[in-house]
Amino acid sequence: MRKRALRIISGLGGTVALIMALPALAGAQEATPGEDAAAAVQAVLDNVWVFIAGCLVFFMQAGFALLEAGMTRAKNAVNIFAKNLSDAMIGVLAFFAVGFAFAFGGGGSFIGSEMFFLSGTDLTIGAEGGLSVATTFFFQVVFAATAVTIASGAMAERTKFMSYLIMSAAMTGFIYPVVVHWTWGGGMIAGWTIGDAVYSDFAGSGVVHMSGGILGLVGTLFLGPRLGKFGADGRPRAIPGHNIPFVAVGTLILWLGWFGFNPGSELAADSAVMTVAVNTMLAAAAGGVATTILIWAWKGKPDVAMICNGILAGLVAITAPCGAVNAGMSVVIGLIAGLLVVCSVLFLDRIHIDDPVGAVSVHGVCGLWGVLSIGLFARYDDAFLGREDAGLFYGGGIDQLAMQAALAGMIIVWVGGTATILFAILKATIGLRVSRAEEVEGLDELEHGLRAYPADVSFT
Amino acid sequence: MKLITAVVKPHKVGDVKDALKAEGITGMTVAEAQGFGRQGGHTDVYRGTEYVVEFIPKTEIQVIVDDDVADKIVATIVAAAKTDTIGDGKIWVTSVERLVRIRTGEEGPEAI
Repeated sequence: MRKRALRIISGLGGTVALIMALPALAGAQEATPGEDAAAAVQAVLDNVWVFIAGCLVFFMQAGFALLEAGMTRAKNAVNIFAKNLSDAMIGVLAFFAVGFAFAFGGGGSFIGSEMFFLSGTDLTIGAEGGLSVATTFFFQVVFAATAVTIASGAMAERTKFMSYLIMSAAMTGFIYPVVVHWTWGGGMIAGWTIGDAVYSDFAGSGVVHMSGGILGLVGTLFLGPRLGKFGADGRPRAIPGHNIPFVAVGTLILWLGWFGFNPGSELAADSAVMTVAVNTMLAAAAGGVATTILIWAWKGKPDVAMICNGILAGLVAITAPCGAVNAGMSVVIGLIAGLLVVCSVLFLDRIHIDDPVGAVSVHGVCGLWGVLSIGLFARYDDAFLGREDAGLFYGGGIDQLAMQAALAGMIIVWVGGTATILFAILKATIGLRVSRAEEVEGLDELEHGLRAYPADVSFT
Repeated sequence: MKLITAVVKPHKVGDVKDALKAEGITGMTVAEAQGFGRQGGHTDVYRGTEYVVEFIPKTEIQVIVDDDVADKIVATIVAAAKTDTIGDGKIWVTSVERLVRIRTGEEGPEAI
């Protein structure tokens, strides 16, 4: 079993050392040509698979964009896509400049301090196991972009574009990388133990989805609800999305992309990849079914927009436990997520928090559920846990559950705290929310000078 | 019977509808439209090229009323649709020669 954090760091630092030491190593180990060749092929397979997985995760940006645009109004569609494109672009550059270094650079247990702008690294493939720096950077940067784009949904239809850009840079450059450093980067949280329990978050229900969900929640609180979302009597008004086909196609793209998100997080091309993929598939389906049943029974009709949230809820929830649970428990985890997301969406409406696409419910709430579910259902060693039967229902006691709660709590405190400071500064300086007139007219025309669906012009 | 046609800003349609319902209007027809008046258009830039956008999205509302309430309904629409910025729109009143309810065949003021 390869410890994941060690694998990343060894892949990076070790690759450089390995390449330089190769001639000496070859003589010292006396490996057979066959073993050398097999190891070399495995290394290539590892890198190729993780690269493809990274491409799938990157394509989730398209899924998020379609989902969010479909769930919001036509007059803001250009702005939604602009935000999604921008946080991919800015996310990549901010992560390249400082984020990757903060996340994975050697340093203290709080934050990394090497590899700014990828300096001092050799991007090429490592000769013996481990991922190359290029592969690691590629895979991690698309995760960073995912974390930040989650928040764009919660803050849709009323956020100043410039403020959003600054938020993107801050999230991918600093807030998110610190969470990564504490966990996948081998920092603070990775060193915590409660009994035999260490933290586990295979692909990031906590690290990525909770982080994005909390950022979105704090943003929503600072922004306030959209104009007219809550009537004079306090009851929520529906603001229907303008394109349900977009919502559905976006969800399917995200579902597909998750087959890169979770199985790719094995960081190797081995048999665990397929097990994780199966767990992922099951949880998505279970989440969708649970939501379908609940919303149909509760509100009278199978609401497709809510069902899409349910599928994603299952996917978010399985993202942490996918390496540690069996197929049956994947279904259970997805089912519970599908129920949770409906309750959360309706609850947020009741307490007057306006989340246009359900991002806080899907990613924040179900991300938390995913993190905690390891404490209940962990059966196998997912290369984080270092032991089997860690879950409460497998005789592992409450140590793992407590550790998962500590992980979740730390993420909430860090992201919640830094986001609060960030949005307070933005609100006090350049402003966070667009003007009332602009929100009414629509952001497309006034922020971008373009309509999403203009009438055709013709010339004769 | 009078036909009252109002071209208003799209985001005011809800307010106009609520105000008309409060006055006892029980039906209306609403259509998406584009238009401009003296406000003219504005200039946007598309991929580096400037162009003039003249037509602005508007919403057209039609209601048919009894002659004696026409003025009141016009005033109601004015109050509800006004934003005191250019592009608020216009209202005009025309006569209706004949009115029929399709389902029942009722005619005239009973079909309102």
